[in-house]
Amino acid sequence: MRVVLAEDLALLREGLVSLLETHGFEIAAAVDNGPSLLKALLDHRPDVAVVDVRLPPSFTDEGLQAALEARRQVPGLPVLVLSQYVEQLYARELLADGTGGIGYLLKDRVFDAAQFVDAIRRVAQGGTAMDPEVISRLVARGSRDEPLGRLTPREREVLELMAQGRSNAAIAQALVVTERAVTKHTANIFAKLDLAVSDDDNRRVLAVLAYLDH
Amino acid sequence: MDAEVSTRDGRLAAHARAPWHGLRLWLMSWPALLLSCALLTAMSLVGIGIGMLLVPPVLLAVRGLLNVYRDLISRWTGTEIERPYLPLPDTGTGLNGHVKRFVALMSDPATWRDWAWLAADPFVALFTASLSFLLVLYGVWGWLLAAFAGELIADAGGNDWYAWINVTRGYGDDTGARVETAALGVVFLAAGIVFGPALLRAYGRWGRLLLGPTEKSRLALRVRHLTETRSDAVDTSAAELRRIERDLHDGAQARLVAMGMSLGAIEHLLDRDPEKARLLLAQTRESSAKALGELRDLVRGIHPPVLADRGIGDAVKALALDHPLQVEVTVDLPGRAEPPVESAAYFAVSEILTNAAKHSGARRVWIDLRYESGMLRISVTDDGRGGARLDAGTGLRGIERRIGTFDGVLALNSPPGGPTLVTLELPCALSSPKTSLS
Repeated sequence: MRVVLAEDLALLREGLVSLLETHGFEIAAAVDNGPSLLKALLDHRPDVAVVDVRLPPSFTDEGLQAALEARRQVPGLPVLVLSQYVEQLYARELLADGTGGIGYLLKDRVFDAAQFVDAIRRVAQGGTAMDPEVISRLVARGSRDEPLGRLTPREREVLELMAQGRSNAAIAQALVVTERAVTKHTANIFAKLDLAVSDDDNRRVLAVLAYLDH
Repeated sequence: MDAEVSTRDGRLAAHARAPWHGLRLWLMSWPALLLSCALLTAMSLVGIGIGMLLVPPVLLAVRGLLNVYRDLISRWTGTEIERPYLPLPDTGTGLNGHVKRFVALMSDPATWRDWAWLAADPFVALFTASLSFLLVLYGVWGWLLAAFAGELIADAGGNDWYAWINVTRGYGDDTGARVETAALGVVFLAAGIVFGPALLRAYGRWGRLLLGPTEKSRLALRVRHLTETRSDAVDTSAAELRRIERDLHDGAQARLVAMGMSLGAIEHLLDRDPEKARLLLAQTRESSAKALGELRDLVRGIHPPVLADRGIGDAVKALALDHPLQVEVTVDLPGRAEPPVESAAYFAVSEILTNAAKHSGARRVWIDLRYESGMLRISVTDDGRGGARLDAGTGLRGIERRIGTFDGVLALNSPPGGPTLVTLELPCALSSPKTSLS
């Protein structure tokens, strides 16, 4: 699986390169600024890009802008955005085109290599990987209103994990329950939120995110 | 259409009101005359010492009256007149203090200009502000003459002229003169009403000439304002630095120390009790995540990332997304303000939102950001219960002080029952928007 990596701090960049290489990824390019990121994305057309939001030369949201621009030119290009901070505003912009293949995680998540690599694979396959912090804030904001307030605490947990982009199997593992129990919860959630049930994981996630972010 | 009608109504009303306003301004010269007599008396007693005690209170009374003039002129003539007085030094109550106050008052140029105003205004007001009233009065007098007063004057053996018409012998059978008098009356009355606003404006310019601050006192007042806001700014940033220092000390720094200690323990345990070492490692990782989280919150409090990336518009939008209330944001900014202004505006909005959530009982908030005539204008409206006050410990005073550093102003409109509207205005220049990379 070919990866384009953008991170301006050399230490972190090298750390990410070695982490990804040990997990069997092939690094197509590792760049340290916005313009060369966009060029690398368009030249290499990687299977997935791992991008830091803040990049030189402006040290603003240059990485995010480059990723969004690349996705405008190559629709659905899988991008996992890493950041020191997560902002709902940026999550919303990344998800806006509704095509999936988007990840948005705190840099801290790199600590847990297995989960991080899992997130990259998910994004590369067109899935979603949203940081738990984004999701919990979305849910917290929405839960004052009906019908989100009608969910049981357990269903809320399942909803949050689902919105992060996890599959039923992963949710079952995280909550230490059977996959059948998770399927039952998701069916309840979709019924309560009045969403159309879908077997396709990605579409399901996007529907939930759209619902939360209405 | 409605607006057109209302501006026309407004103009008509201004014409109708001008003679009355003029009259009232002129009538105020009577108390002014009394005060200037008192002032003259007090001044003439300075030679024998008592004057020094008498002048200050009289002068302060004069200032009080002239401030009424300033307010009325600002309100009625559209000429804004600021108070020109230099701040009085804080003198004691002893004899020495009285002398000092006397000297301070006498050395303020505004005092002498006030005096010039007292002496000249009765005449100036007569020929500007109140002229429109006198014209109206004269017009009405013309009608009275034509109707019956001319005959009365003639019967009493009096002598009178109306403009160039001699009415000494009454009108008798001279219908022409009678009609002419009435017509002239109409002309005078109309002139009074038509020229009323212009005469008031002329009076306003006269007012600004003597009652407004001179360039020198304007500068002195400005220096005072800058001194105040500068010390506020220094205090605020010093307090901020202390808070950051404390947060770092109690938060991230303490966690790093703990992590170092755990790592030492892990090193120790690695061979003897790997199971326990593994447990400790997991805890340490959690601890590092917590330290990062605290640093994140700290940085967000110093300078929010979206503000740095995108500027005030998107930063307020991001704030709205995270806020527990339902917040709608409209932004109309052609560029970015300087970072310090953006930051001040951002934290002001953030605090107003917090206030709204805490005190107002509001469910929805509307924020509007726009740039108009050199001002960043932000209005925050909520549908809460209103009744907010600047001095009720709601932190609005603090916001006002902090944006004061940038010559920003805060206006609060919060009638009981709501809604509450807080408006911020910050003078600033906008840079052209950053070209996005492509």
